[in-house]
Amino acid sequence: MTLINNQITQNSRILSVGAYRPKTVVPNSEIVGLIDSTDEWIQQRTGIQTRHRALADESLVDMSVEAATIAIKRAGITADQIDSIIFATISYPFQAPSAATELAARLGINKAAAFDISAACAGFSYAVGMASDAVRNRTAKYVLVVGGEKLSDFTDPTDRATAFIFADGVGAVIVGPSDSVGIGPTIWGSDVQNRDAITLEPSFLEYKNGKSIADVGWPNIAQEGQRVFRWAVYEMAPVGRQAIEAAGITANDLAAFIPHQANERIIDSLVKSMGLPDTVEVARDIRTTGNTSSASIPLAMDRLLTEHPELHGKNALLIGFGAGLVFAAQVVELPPQP
Amino acid sequence: MSVTQAEVLAGVKDIVVEVAGIDPTTIEMEKRFNEDLEVDSLSMVEVIVAAEEKFGVKIPDEEVTKMTTVADAVNFIVSAAK
Repeated sequence: MTLINNQITQNSRILSVGAYRPKTVVPNSEIVGLIDSTDEWIQQRTGIQTRHRALADESLVDMSVEAATIAIKRAGITADQIDSIIFATISYPFQAPSAATELAARLGINKAAAFDISAACAGFSYAVGMASDAVRNRTAKYVLVVGGEKLSDFTDPTDRATAFIFADGVGAVIVGPSDSVGIGPTIWGSDVQNRDAITLEPSFLEYKNGKSIADVGWPNIAQEGQRVFRWAVYEMAPVGRQAIEAAGITANDLAAFIPHQANERIIDSLVKSMGLPDTVEVARDIRTTGNTSSASIPLAMDRLLTEHPELHGKNALLIGFGAGLVFAAQVVELPPQP
Repeated sequence: MSVTQAEVLAGVKDIVVEVAGIDPTTIEMEKRFNEDLEVDSLSMVEVIVAAEEKFGVKIPDEEVTKMTTVADAVNFIVSAAK
């Protein structure tokens, strides 16, 4: 028998965004003591002034419930209408069951397809692409996409290369049906030659094999900053340009650029090398949020729409890139005013 | 592609002006990127990426760390472009 799968394609878009930033604000002055650095040096190299940190007893999913609840409300739907949850994270401290299923249980969503993806700082853009494809192919109607991290659990406060960069927070969007195309094609891929440029080591198996944290350390993020910087400024501009072209527009048709908030110097360099016109509003949430990996794009999107409500419904280029190294970019129509 | 030292210096000047936003007349062969031209390690990466593109050469990370002065960069690019 021939199989059938002949449903007509449905257009997709981001219907809403929600953000949660933990209450504790940590300025550079509280970080420099352990790494022999200065506020000025950190700001000059990264743009970061302050970042948010979760409390010790505030879990990744606690934060996610807040962000997701806002996104669901703004989309004008109820939690029980969500039929798929994709959770992008590298800091959920359980292998299984997934963060997505814990979030589903906390939100009272039953029977939705729910899973996590591990694509680090590209995770949100990966997940938006997958969610859009699910809606387009009618395997889901409303997808809750979450990018969330509690990186303070996996950051060494004495590491001079990372202590000031990584932070905590969660962003969420609802991807759902649309009358017109609201999410352009996703340009995604990897560069595994640079797999060792950003790592969280050692493996948990070290502890099973009798080693202790004192012997082999805890799997904190380690990053070769200059190597990642070089890769990002050189390789990501063409990816961004491909995403713009694939969506059938030019840089002049963009209203906003929301890149992963890795480092403000990378953002500046990408704006320059992609030749984005001055009319494009550039997200610089990193200054007061730090680098929140998979959460950075939706957090920056929420901030941009709060500060510039006129951008609702306008075109934005999203681009995520990080450990793997992996990357993904797409042009989206920003969610409408709730 | 073979290029002269003068051509590479002119090209590197353009790049440093673009990246660091400094006065082109201050850029000379003996100037040190970090101390004299305020080109820090991340700006240096941008300079190198732009120079690789402009002159069609590969500049490995271990060479970049050895480049203290403008002359170090220019001479490496001239020999790499031969």
